[in-house]
Amino acid sequence: MAGTTFRDDIDVDATPPTRLTNWVSDWGGIVIDGVSTVGDITIFAYRMFTWMFTRLPCRGTTMINFYQVGVLSLPVVALTGTFIGMVLAVQSHHQFHLIGLESRLGVVINTSLVRELGPVLAATMLAGRVGSAMAAVLGTMRVTEQIDALTTMGADPIHYLVVPRFMACILLIPALTIMADFMGIVGGYFYSVIILGIDHAAYLQNSRDYVSGYDLFTGIFKSIFFGGTIAIVSCYQGFNCEPGAEGVGNAATTAFVMSFVLILSIDLVLNIILDAIYYSIWTSQPSFL
Amino acid sequence: MSAETTPDADSFDTPLVDARAVSVRFETQRILHEINLSIPRGQTLAIIGESGCGKTVLMKTLVGLIRPNEGEVRFDGRDLVKMNSEQLTRTRKRFGFVFQNAALFDSMSIFDNVAFPVRQHENVAEDEIQSRVMQNLAEVGLPSEVAKKRPSELSGGMRKRVGLARALILLPELVVYDEPTTGLDPIMSDVINELILATRRRYPVTSVVVTHDMRTARKVANRVIMLYPRRRLEAGQSQVLFDGSPSGLDNADDRRVRQFVRGEAGERLDELTRQRQALMP
Repeated sequence: MAGTTFRDDIDVDATPPTRLTNWVSDWGGIVIDGVSTVGDITIFAYRMFTWMFTRLPCRGTTMINFYQVGVLSLPVVALTGTFIGMVLAVQSHHQFHLIGLESRLGVVINTSLVRELGPVLAATMLAGRVGSAMAAVLGTMRVTEQIDALTTMGADPIHYLVVPRFMACILLIPALTIMADFMGIVGGYFYSVIILGIDHAAYLQNSRDYVSGYDLFTGIFKSIFFGGTIAIVSCYQGFNCEPGAEGVGNAATTAFVMSFVLILSIDLVLNIILDAIYYSIWTSQPSFL
Repeated sequence: MSAETTPDADSFDTPLVDARAVSVRFETQRILHEINLSIPRGQTLAIIGESGCGKTVLMKTLVGLIRPNEGEVRFDGRDLVKMNSEQLTRTRKRFGFVFQNAALFDSMSIFDNVAFPVRQHENVAEDEIQSRVMQNLAEVGLPSEVAKKRPSELSGGMRKRVGLARALILLPELVVYDEPTTGLDPIMSDVINELILATRRRYPVTSVVVTHDMRTARKVANRVIMLYPRRRLEAGQSQVLFDGSPSGLDNADDRRVRQFVRGEAGERLDELTRQRQALMP
């Protein structure tokens, strides 16, 4: 039997809005939306971690994602890394020349690269190249009901679509970071030694003395958090995409912007924590010059 | 409706799907309000109604894709709302869902699309999967060469038939069709209608067909319900305007049902005129 019984909606006798109530209402709406989004992303990440630790992802989808995240990102990360190394040499040379310390140029270039620019650059390229694409692909799947189709066929969309992307990002971003570091160091060396004529032996000696294993570890460690953030934010945006071409476009844009802001925020927090750990272990302040 | 497709009266005793006082709202917009709907085994139910009346929402609620804000949806006596994800996954093996635009996975070949439910739920050899996929594609009238293609290489009608083959590969007890003939030419629409009937002849499946194609509703269904948009109803009015056999549609008591069946704009023309006048300077 089909039928329905109506219950009248409750009609609240509201007082007319004033400027103050409008202001409170607008800001209240923004705060509630913000808290709600953070809550949604947290639940989304929790479900993703639950699946990741309880069941292996599908081999086929995992390998495709590893290829797209790792292999296809490598050339662009290498190229931008090289240019960043050279740009650092150009920017730093004049100041170092004024105080007669050109031979120490490698210290600032290489330390900046392995601690900061390499991981942030690799993460930015990943967010732009892979994160936006993830949001667009998953958004299109949402709009064309492919995600609903997965659910109706008994496949959990988070396990099937998100876990492989997350694993690809966190496992391969260290490799991309190492590539960005390496190519940046090569680019910095090339510009400093070959173009600016800085002494080859002094440049290498100083670079070796002042760039520690901890610096390299710091960069790679941070990159894992960047990769995880990119995957979760981009997949979340795709899963919550609004209908239509504009919705998919917005999801891709928001995925990149949100990832980038979070990368820099996490970078700051992790730098503070990692420096505190460093100084608590080695106590003395490191000296660059 | 032919005699061979009419379900046995005894099998109608226990409903396969039973929705009780189901209400669904998205944010502040209430789409469905306290809908009660019981679908006996073997029945083919058509849900008709104008765009935006909540047909698709009701259908997705019936298979657990949308969780109702109030009420319960029972499948074979068990409440889908109270099931955990593992139980829901097991239950969904008993559903087949044909989406409006087929919802084939772009990244996979047609073969992998149709094989997907088998690989997901059954641990069978690749040879058996191959034979089942080819048999299902043949049953919806698609040649074996189609299996290697991508969904983007097929026409709308072929994609819908692939969607049907995929939905039926596990021989589900309940098959749900979302606007199966929308966007198709009349001939292809009839092909899809015939395939729905052929499925019912093949085994005693229960079907829910959401459509605004009256030809489909009359041809495939042995029961029709008509939903009406809640925003157009007055307080106390039922959202279900009609519940009966397709033959009763033309002589329905409710004027809105007769208008819908005949495709008449009715008072909507007056509304349009009023809106135009209100907007004109």
